Amino acid sequence: MEATQPASEATVEQQILGRGAREGAGLLRNWYARLDAAARASEPAAYVFVMGSMAEILRVFDFHLVFPEVNSLQTAIRKVSGEYLNEAEDYGYSADICAYVKADVAVQLRGGKHPNGLIPRPTLAVLTNACNTYIKWAEIWERLYHTPAFVIDVPGPRHSGWTNQPGSEDFERDRCYVEAQLRELIVLCERVTGRRFDIDRLREVLAEANATGRVWREMVDLNRSRPAPFNAVGDGTVYLGVMNALRATPEGTRYFERVVEELRYKVEHGLGSMPKEEFRLCFVGVPCYPIFRRFNELFTEHNGNFVTSTYMMFASGGQNVHFEYDLTRPLESLAEGVLLTVRTAMFGMFFTDQLLAEMIEPFQLDGVVYHAVKSCRTVSTGLADTRRSVMARYDIPSLHIESDLVDKRVVAEAPMKNRTDAFFEALAGRRLRAA
Amino acid sequence: MLYAAGVDVGSTQTKAVVIDRERRIVGRALISTGANVTTAAQEAFAQSVAAAGVAASEVGYVVGTGYGRYKVTFGDTQVTEISCHARGAAQMFPGTRTVLDMGGQDTKAIRVNERGEVLDFCMNDKCAAGTGRFLQAAAFALEIPLDELGRLALGANKPVQISTTCTVFAESEVLSWLSRGRKAEDILMGVHRSIATRSMALLRRVGIENEVSFTGGVARNPCMVEVLDKALGLRMNVSEESHFMGAMGAALFALDHVIGAALSNPFLPGRAAEYPPTSQHS
Repeated sequence: MEATQPASEATVEQQILGRGAREGAGLLRNWYARLDAAARASEPAAYVFVMGSMAEILRVFDFHLVFPEVNSLQTAIRKVSGEYLNEAEDYGYSADICAYVKADVAVQLRGGKHPNGLIPRPTLAVLTNACNTYIKWAEIWERLYHTPAFVIDVPGPRHSGWTNQPGSEDFERDRCYVEAQLRELIVLCERVTGRRFDIDRLREVLAEANATGRVWREMVDLNRSRPAPFNAVGDGTVYLGVMNALRATPEGTRYFERVVEELRYKVEHGLGSMPKEEFRLCFVGVPCYPIFRRFNELFTEHNGNFVTSTYMMFASGGQNVHFEYDLTRPLESLAEGVLLTVRTAMFGMFFTDQLLAEMIEPFQLDGVVYHAVKSCRTVSTGLADTRRSVMARYDIPSLHIESDLVDKRVVAEAPMKNRTDAFFEALAGRRLRAA
Repeated sequence: MLYAAGVDVGSTQTKAVVIDRERRIVGRALISTGANVTTAAQEAFAQSVAAAGVAASEVGYVVGTGYGRYKVTFGDTQVTEISCHARGAAQMFPGTRTVLDMGGQDTKAIRVNERGEVLDFCMNDKCAAGTGRFLQAAAFALEIPLDELGRLALGANKPVQISTTCTVFAESEVLSWLSRGRKAEDILMGVHRSIATRSMALLRRVGIENEVSFTGGVARNPCMVEVLDKALGLRMNVSEESHFMGAMGAALFALDHVIGAALSNPFLPGRAAEYPPTSQHS
């Protein structure tokens, strides 16, 4: 038998580099293909949101998870969001309503037709109070299909600096409140699917969620390296897609393990996500999907790299929280996890200044970019105040720009470029002074 | 002798400035931008060089700025008008810590350090309310030449309150006040105050620190200066050259290159003494 020759460095590099983007895109394609098949076979689908998807419970009942937010942003990535928005506005929705909602309305009006395939109808909608629009959004499906909409009220941050940690009486009260709601959700799932809840299956899913979360956090932390191995907006959005679609599945965990392998390799070999990383930035808000690539280029062409983002925190449903489920008390622990992660996602939006303060040093940030979007008051309201607060307390330059997450009609690239150019001129001047 | 030039291609007008090594303006030009941005830049540059009485070949470096900066194809590099207005204002008024630049379609509030370097800035977003365009709309509706607006408005006795924030709707609101019998000067004062309110919001966002320098084409409007001074509770620095401040800043950046090149040229060892450091370079 012939001995296997060790792979050359070049071959290893070829196999490893770019794996996250390549395999992530493939997984998302397959996921949409499965949704298409589910729609055609009328299999049960749960409409869920990125902040508190309740995937742990819904996977026990084998629901297909549909993320309307992801569907909507995909219409912008595929450059067709304008058609979808017009259709929803023709139907009667105002131009001022969240474009995510309107793109989804058009998907529903088109009988589930989406650029990535057919989207199944909602058998059930599960949402949290992390975004106030979620509730009104789910009411649309209620009206259209009589879909039961289950709202989980997660006690959020009451004020800045508020802490309510596990072990305290307050936390235990909040946890019990969430657990009671999860038990109600289980009853609803049983009714909708006609299946009995299986606690052992929940343990399996929780174990897998622990694994996905662990490797996700490892991945995010690898970007503290200089140069950073990934771009938190460009690559980060692919990672977020997989995290939401496949969290708590062996497929998802395996993907992130392979991404971590890639990123570790890059860190060990001093390979960054761009040829020359000069400025390390944090992105705050939601990306501008109608010109997604160009938007990122406004920064990368100045050798600015988004090494971290609040988006990767709140849009992963707060997976940055170092928490693992206790499988010996699954429901109690799930309630604790939901409380901690969803609360953290909300905290990431409403008290961004504190989150940023914790990121400046570990990620060696040179600047912060705040991107307010017309569609989302939840994320954007307060960004200007946050910016002022952070600037007053920390010596870190920042840029505030505005556009939208889906609606290209409110994306003005020229003014955005002007501001970005000026921001980098200021960063360069600052570096020169420091030298 | 070496010269440097800055060409500021704005949405309405293109300005060019030629400066000498003492940072004195020796030539300037102002023309309408029109549809052909590159031609406008070339023409403004040619006129400023002619006004300076120097040959274009004597201009060692050209910096383009403004929205059309990438169309200054004969230029050596580009710098945003945000940095240029800050630099120009700080050169003209060394105590400047806040700059308000009001142009045709942009209003910028800029906080600068003692070197004229940008610390923070804020601009109107995707909307021309609070910019020179707002004045232009009012001038059009009232059929008054733009240059006379400020002088006329200062004669107001009972200023109206312009509530709209949309430049296009402003025209309708002006007409509506006219139809109610209000005098042009009272309406115009309302327009100026409305713009000042928007500008103050921008200034507050970057933080107002004295001295405040007012730049851009609208800084030539005496009513706007008065209304803003009142709102700020201080007297802003306003230069005769306010309109050229962006081009001036661009020329100063260009001069950095000219001086840098002279200093680093081994064949010109004696030139360093000719370029003493200034506040911008110390």
